[in-house]
Amino acid sequence: MKIRRKMALLATTAGALCLMVLGAPAAKAESKPKATPKVAKTTPKAAEEAPKAAVEAPKAVEEAPKAVEEAPKAAVEAPKAVEEAPKAAVEAPKDAAAAPADAAAAPADAAPAAPTPPQLPDSTATAANGGTGLDLSWPQPGKLDPKTNVPTGETGIDSKGEKTIAGDSELVKNVAHNKVSINMVWTLVTGFLVMFMQAGFSLVETGLCRAKNASHVMATNFMIYGLGMIGFWICGFAIMFGGFGVGPGGINVQPALGQGILLLNQEWSPTIFGHPFGLFGHKGFFLSADVFDTAIFTLFLFQMVFMDTTATIPTGAMAERWNFKHFVVYGLWVGMLPYAIYGNWVWGGGWLAQLGQNFALGHGAVDFAGSGVVHMCGGMIGLAGSICIGARLGKYGKDGKPRPMPGHDIPMVMLGTFILAFGWFGFNPGSTLAGTDGRIAIVAVNTMLAGAAASIATMITMYLVTGKPDPSMLCNGLLAGLVAITAPCAFVNSLGAVLIGFIAGVIVVFSVFFWERTMRIDDPVGAISVHGICGAWGVLSVGIFANGSYGQGWGGVHKLFKDGVWTIINNDGAKETIAKFVQMTGTDPKTGGWTDVGVTGILGGMFGSTTGGDSSQLGAQFVDVCACAIFVLGFSFAFFKLSNLIVPMRSKREEEIEGLDIPEMGAEAYPDFQLTHRTSPPVD
Amino acid sequence: MKKIEAIIKPFKLDSVKEALSEIGVEGMTVSEVKGFGRQKGHTEIYRGSEYTVDLVPKVKLEIVIADDLEDKIVAAIIKAGKTGTIGDGKVFVYTIDRAVRIRTEEEGEASV
Repeated sequence: MKIRRKMALLATTAGALCLMVLGAPAAKAESKPKATPKVAKTTPKAAEEAPKAAVEAPKAVEEAPKAVEEAPKAAVEAPKAVEEAPKAAVEAPKDAAAAPADAAAAPADAAPAAPTPPQLPDSTATAANGGTGLDLSWPQPGKLDPKTNVPTGETGIDSKGEKTIAGDSELVKNVAHNKVSINMVWTLVTGFLVMFMQAGFSLVETGLCRAKNASHVMATNFMIYGLGMIGFWICGFAIMFGGFGVGPGGINVQPALGQGILLLNQEWSPTIFGHPFGLFGHKGFFLSADVFDTAIFTLFLFQMVFMDTTATIPTGAMAERWNFKHFVVYGLWVGMLPYAIYGNWVWGGGWLAQLGQNFALGHGAVDFAGSGVVHMCGGMIGLAGSICIGARLGKYGKDGKPRPMPGHDIPMVMLGTFILAFGWFGFNPGSTLAGTDGRIAIVAVNTMLAGAAASIATMITMYLVTGKPDPSMLCNGLLAGLVAITAPCAFVNSLGAVLIGFIAGVIVVFSVFFWERTMRIDDPVGAISVHGICGAWGVLSVGIFANGSYGQGWGGVHKLFKDGVWTIINNDGAKETIAKFVQMTGTDPKTGGWTDVGVTGILGGMFGSTTGGDSSQLGAQFVDVCACAIFVLGFSFAFFKLSNLIVPMRSKREEEIEGLDIPEMGAEAYPDFQLTHRTSPPVD
Repeated sequence: MKKIEAIIKPFKLDSVKEALSEIGVEGMTVSEVKGFGRQKGHTEIYRGSEYTVDLVPKVKLEIVIADDLEDKIVAAIIKAGKTGTIGDGKVFVYTIDRAVRIRTEEEGEASV
């Protein structure tokens, strides 16, 4: 999932930089007094560079190693007169990186409850890597205290295996602690923004329904927040993320939010076709004591609001005829099962995420912020629900033609759409799970561009097709673009984003007509088209437009490119993979001129990829869409059919004609107004 | 005494009201009504689908006046309320048998 390998780099870099700074004065003590003033003068300069480099590090993976290279330079400058100092300084990064190499092995052991005690740099590791003196392990952060997530400052060990002087590790600690804190605050605040999208959904859905049902539609949108959340707390989170820490995503999110993520280490994955197939997690039911950890609670909040987004999509597709008592049963179910199971496959380290490792399909199914996991999933549940519950009374005449049932408050719909568009700035950029990941700027801009392009595309399409740009359709258009860009937002350039949005804006219009006229499925708000169909388009578009600039190592796959040659290795964080790579190619992946290529679509070469397109990624995306359509649609269909036997889905006929506000909710939305049902078609 | 009942387009209410007060009409009753005539409503488009609005919103004016003002008022309503397009409305004139002002119990033309 949201992998932050560069986060790891930051920690390593910061640690190394600090050592540079510290290495100089330490060596100075042994040197001639003559050199002292010179060193003292230059040291603060190096100290200034350390935070600067730390800030720059997230910018790009390539830049981080550069910063590491620059740092020794600064250190070398200082004690020219001192012979020993530069040597110590040059050796320092090696040690700093070697220590995390041990940390890298920790996830494989999957025993975070009993963290391994601090270990000194392992000299054999260097020897095993060919004695080049270079660290060949993928960057991993320093060790964190499992209780507080505060780095223990183990990287503050000098070349002789001695702890650096007091104060040195304080700096390391503070830098690393700040990093985790920034990520945590970012993830929480963007989660709060996504929570506010509930308000947007309620306004859009209620405005698109008739006034006689306004209280009822609003109430379903209101109660889904609580019902879904409790369902997710009971078992949804455990199923979705119970094995996150040991999956291909978790290993990389751990440095961003803290080592506590590793507590999520229970995934049920039977072996099928000789490969492990992660099907669901099973740890963290009721967020019990064994996952009581800040990193996990942060993850819970963020993922909970995403689940609520999925849960509230079908309330629009099934509005104006849904028995509220049945809705309550649905609310708990949706938080507990369908979203969590499918979500586990893509985000929790399940079999769709493993497609890259198991079947060489790109980086596995890639869904940055949930075009598939959140939106298509919600759209499919809505589709199953709409089919099972049937059309509203009077929606289709005796001739089978659909009759419009205009929404009662278009300004409400448009306000809600703007609230959703605002919330999307939490939805997409927040999905980095790291405020220290500079990619958030690209994600945010791509998100707004796609939404804007889609609303324009819808306007043009509606002008051409019907002669008038229906305002409610414009809203559907903007949302369609936002839904579509949700999966590819981090992987495409701005042109790609505009194209994805524009195409979504056209798709949504014809999709609304298709479901309403051809399939005769009544969807009052267009949820099936906006979320289901454009969600599928978003997932596929990753495999088309992604340009390889982001997502290196996602799905546990490193695709390395050099002079027209591809070498693909699966990274599980173990040192052996690197050794194997060296054996295979005779070069070191980091210094041998190899480019680590991110997620690339089939047309990636036209959108900024220097290594050309990659059709295997589109294969993974296609499998993802099929899995969602088959599993979520089938599972939801079965649920609605079965639950209908216990609590009827459909409201009573006379209550639906009268309006559900009084009979089901006991309160009219607009008691001071006489409702005339001016535009309601006759009930056959 | 006559009662003049006019059904007009809602947006013409203000200009009709103004024209009537200029010629000395001192009271009127206005109601929002719906109905259709020969055109049988009109069609609108919602989310790409056409639908018919059978009952079109209108405004109904009721004025009771002395007999001699009848022609002047009818002419004023027609002048102020006309757009020349379909749906401008109608004017009906009735004879009033009796009228009483409740507060003073005055009867006849003095009450209107």
